[in-house]
Amino acid sequence: MEELKNKLKAQIIEALNLEDVEVEDISNSDALFGDGLGLDSIDALELIVLLEREYGIKMDDAAEGKTILQSVNSMAEYIQLKKA
Amino acid sequence: MGVEVVSYIRIKDHKAWINGEALNLDFSAMSFLKAIYKDLGLKYPKFYKMDELSKLGFIASEMLLQNNNVKSIINDFKQDKIGVILQNSDSTIDVDSNFYDSILDEQKHFPSPALFVYTLPNIVLGEISIRNKFKGENALFVFQKYNMTFGVDYINSLFENNKIEACVGGWFNANSENYDAFLYFAKGTNKQENAHTVDNISKIYK
Repeated sequence: MEELKNKLKAQIIEALNLEDVEVEDISNSDALFGDGLGLDSIDALELIVLLEREYGIKMDDAAEGKTILQSVNSMAEYIQLKKA
Repeated sequence: MGVEVVSYIRIKDHKAWINGEALNLDFSAMSFLKAIYKDLGLKYPKFYKMDELSKLGFIASEMLLQNNNVKSIINDFKQDKIGVILQNSDSTIDVDSNFYDSILDEQKHFPSPALFVYTLPNIVLGEISIRNKFKGENALFVFQKYNMTFGVDYINSLFENNKIEACVGGWFNANSENYDAFLYFAKGTNKQENAHTVDNISKIYK
């Protein structure tokens, strides 16, 4: 699980062009939006594309996004659930 | 009531000037626009997500608006009375072709929302307006080359009709890392000096 979370962090940094942010700078429970990494609505769409591109997971219900994209923890849990 | 040019910036041939004074830039270890970003001491992570055209427009506007001539008076104007009226020639051709290339492979068809959003040429006006909380008139016109007469007349008419009290005007264009920008800040005035006329603009646009 920890390996997946670190991989996810690296993919988020690359996909969202987060300059001067390293994997170690993002904690698993950090809020990705709002006060955390400060991501915006376009970033949210980019994360949905990332889940589909890298993990083959299509988010069926857009309303789920708010919970799933809350943190690296919640994203990793969702990936595991879908891959199980 | 006339219109006065308060300040101007120029970016051309990988050099940058504020009110005619050159910036001393070292971009041996980073891109040219990032070197200006660092030189201005900016902290705006969204900059790194922008396409080259928006980066150029953003950096040019920061050079213009952060210099003391403008910074000292910008709060004198209501946000909905500050306009942004710009021109360019290549629109968003670079990001258009990048986006097109990115969706060619039907097996890997994952259009990037972050890339797509910059295929709208006037997005840079939004970037500048959001950053500075400008809510006045804004427009981007596409011409083959900088149409000074049109730009001056258009901006002056906005002043005459009381649509704006201050304005960022000018030209910016980016293609394949060739950056060309000329932005100025104009405001209403009763003075005769530095009048916003084609003659005066052509003197500072070199």
